[in-house]
Amino acid sequence: MIPNQYKITTSNVNVDYGNKRALHDINLQIEEKEVTALIGPSGCGKSTFIRCLNRMNDLIEGCKVEGKIMIDEVDINSPDTDIVELRARIGMVFQKPNPFPKSIYDNVAYGPRIHGLAKSNEDLDNIVTKSLKRAGLWNEVEDRLDASGLSLSGGQQQRLCIARAIAVNPDILLMDEPCSALDPIATAVIEELINELKERYTIVIVTHSMQQAARLSEKTAYFHLGKMIEYDITSNIFTNPKHEMTEAYISGRIG
Amino acid sequence: MLTIYLIILLGLSFVSYFYGKRLIRRRVYEQKISQHSRDSYHGLYLSLYLIIPSIILTLIWLASSPNIIDSLLKSKIKNSLPDLSLGEINILKSKVISAYDGILPVDSEQMEIFVGFYNSANIISTNFIIIISALVSVSFFLFALNRIRVRFNARSKVENILKFSMILASCVAIITTIGIVLSLIIETIEFFKIIKITDFLFGLQWSPQIALREDQVAGEGLFGAIPIFIGTILITLIAMFIAVPIGLLSAIYLSEYSKPKIRAIAKPMLEVLAGIPTVVYGFFAALTVAPFLRNSGASVGLSLSSESALAAGLVMGIMIIPLISSLSDDVINAVPQSLREGSAALGSTQSETVKLVILPAALPGIVSAILLALSRAIGETMIVVMAAGVAANLTFNPFESVTAVTVQIVVLLIGDQEFDSAKTLAAFALGFTLFIITLLLNVLSIYIVRKYREQYD
Ligand SMILES: Nc1ncnc2c1ncn2[C@@H]1O[C@H](COP(=O)(O)OP(=O)(O)OP(=O)(O)O)[C@@H](O)[C@H]1O
Ligand SMILES: [Mg+2]
Repeated sequence: MIPNQYKITTSNVNVDYGNKRALHDINLQIEEKEVTALIGPSGCGKSTFIRCLNRMNDLIEGCKVEGKIMIDEVDINSPDTDIVELRARIGMVFQKPNPFPKSIYDNVAYGPRIHGLAKSNEDLDNIVTKSLKRAGLWNEVEDRLDASGLSLSGGQQQRLCIARAIAVNPDILLMDEPCSALDPIATAVIEELINELKERYTIVIVTHSMQQAARLSEKTAYFHLGKMIEYDITSNIFTNPKHEMTEAYISGRIG
Repeated sequence: MLTIYLIILLGLSFVSYFYGKRLIRRRVYEQKISQHSRDSYHGLYLSLYLIIPSIILTLIWLASSPNIIDSLLKSKIKNSLPDLSLGEINILKSKVISAYDGILPVDSEQMEIFVGFYNSANIISTNFIIIISALVSVSFFLFALNRIRVRFNARSKVENILKFSMILASCVAIITTIGIVLSLIIETIEFFKIIKITDFLFGLQWSPQIALREDQVAGEGLFGAIPIFIGTILITLIAMFIAVPIGLLSAIYLSEYSKPKIRAIAKPMLEVLAGIPTVVYGFFAALTVAPFLRNSGASVGLSLSSESALAAGLVMGIMIIPLISSLSDDVINAVPQSLREGSAALGSTQSETVKLVILPAALPGIVSAILLALSRAIGETMIVVMAAGVAANLTFNPFESVTAVTVQIVVLLIGDQEFDSAKTLAAFALGFTLFIITLLLNVLSIYIVRKYREQYD
C-alpha cells in the first residue's frame, strides 16, 4: 500500500441525525498545510462535516457517523483512538461563538493549562498575549483581561474563540464561519492570520463568502443538500466549475 | 348565608360578562363606527367591576369582624360582670365561643345570654356585610355600565384591573410574612423580659419544664439554648456531610455521564425519594438505622446510645439527597451544550470539562440548592424526634442522643399551656432565632450567587 500523502482523508462518510441523513458518502482528501474551504447553501451539511473531523458529533445525541476518516494515517473513528489526544491537536472555532463564562485571560489560557503547555506564569502570559494579538483582539482587551468573556461583543467573542483555539498550537484548525460576525477590518486580520498559520497548520474553513474562499484557500469543496458536489483547486471552482450546480451557486443563483 | 350570597355574586358577574358583550355589539351595530376594544374586554370590564370591589370588601370584613365581635363580647361581659379580672374575662369569652360552636354545653342562664349576644352579633355582622357589599357591587356595576361606549378604551381598563389584582396578590404574601415575623419578634421580646437574653444565647443548660400551672412561679427553668442549637448543628452537619457529596456526584453522573435511558429512570426515582413523608424517614431512622448503628458500633467496641445524632443525621442526609441532586441536575443541564463542545474541542477530558467549565458555570445554582437543603435540614423535626431524642445534652459526640431546636419547640407547645409563660414564649424565641439563622443562610446564598455573577457574567 502506498502511504497516504494526505493529512485528512474521508471515505464514504455518512451522517444521520436520528433517521434523517445529513451527509451522503463524502469522499475528500485534504492536503497538509493548505487551506481547504467548504462552501454551499445554508443547511447543506458543512458544519456537520467539519464537526466529523474532530468527532464533535459524538456529543450530539442521536447523531451517527459512518465511514472512515483518516487523520495522519489514523482512523479517528476506531475504538482504539484516543479522542482527547486527537482533539488536542485539532483546534476548532465554532459557528456560534462559545466563550466560557470565565475571564478573557482564562478563556485563552484554558487549553494551555490543561495540556501543561506553559512552564511558568510568565510563559502563560506570553501565550495568552500572543494568541490575542494574532486574533486581532489584543488592542481591544489588553486593559481588561479580567473581564468576563461574555462581556465582549459578538465579533469580539468570535475572535476570542479563535485566540483560544490557536493558543494550544494545533496541527489542524477547523473554522466554522470564523468571520460571520466580523467587520471588514477584523476579517482582514483573521484572513492574515489564516495565511500566516497555513505555513504550519492544515486549515479547513467553512465560509459563506465566495471572495473569502477565493482569497484564502487552495482547494474548495462545494456541498449541496448533504452531498459533496464538487471538489477542486479553488481557482478551478471559481473560474471553471465542472458542475452546473456549483456554477449556479457561485454565480448567486442558489443559496 | 354568605356562601349563597357569594355564589349569586359570581353568577351575576358571569352573566354581566355576556351582557357587556351584547351591549357593545348592539351599540356598534346602531352607531356604525368601529369599536375601540374587542367585545370581550367590555364584558370583562363590566363583570370585574361588579365583582372585584365587593369581594375585596367582603374579605376585609371577614378578616376583621371576628376581632370586632370578640371585643364587643368582652365589653358585654365586662359590663354585666364588672368585678372579673382580665384573665377571667378572657376565659369566659373562650367558653362562650366554644359554647356557640357547640363544643361546650350552655349550662347557665348567664351563659345563654352571652351566647345569644354572640350569635346575634354574628348574624348582624353577616347581614351587614352582605348589604354593604351588594350596594358596592351595584354601584360599581352601574358606573361601569354607564361608561361603556363604542370608543371606550375598555382594554386598558381591564389590563389595569388585572395588574392591580396581581399586585394585591403579591401584597397578601408579603403582608402575611411581615405579620408572622412581627408576631415572632413581639413574643420574643416578651420572652426576653422574663429570661435574660444572654442566659438564652449563652446558657449551657436547657430544662424548661416549668410553669405548668398558673400559680407556679415562672423563671425557675433553665433556658440556655446552646445545647439544642449544638444539637441542630451537629445533626445538620452530619446530614450535609452525607447529602452534598452524594447528591452532587449523582447529579453530575445523571446530567453528564449517564445514558438518556438510565437518566429517564433514575431521575424520577430520586424524585420519589423526595416525596416520602418525613415521618416515614423518622421511623426508618428509629427502627432500622439506629439499632443497626448501635449493633455495628458495639461490634467494634463503640458505645452508641439507641437514639443518636448519627442516626438522625444519616437519615436526614438521605432525605435531602434528592433535593440536592435533582436541583443540581437541573442547573447542570441548563449549562449550554456549546460550552461542553468548546471544552472538548480543546482536548479536555470529560472530567476536566465538568470540573473546569460545567461546575463553575453551574455554581450559583448548586450553592442555592445546597443552601435550600440546609434550611430544610435545619427545619426538620420528625426525624430528630424519632431518631435523636428530646434530651438536651450538650455534646459534640455524634454517638450520643441530642435534640434539635424544632423538636424543642414542639415539646414546649405540647399540651395545655399558659400563653404568657416563659415556656411558651421560649418557643417563639427559638423560632425567631431559627428564622434569623435561615435568613442569614439565604442572604449568604444570594451574596455568593451575586459575587460569582459579577465575576463571570
Ligand atoms: N443537532 C442536530 N440535530 C438534528 N439535525 C441537525 C442537527 N444539526 C444539523 N442538523 C441538520 O443537518 C443538516 C445540515 O446542517 P449543518 O448545520 O451541517 O448545515 P450548514 O451547512 O452548516 O448550514 P449553515 O450554513 O446554515 O451553518 C441540516 O438539514 C440540519 O437541519
Ligand atoms: Mg453551519
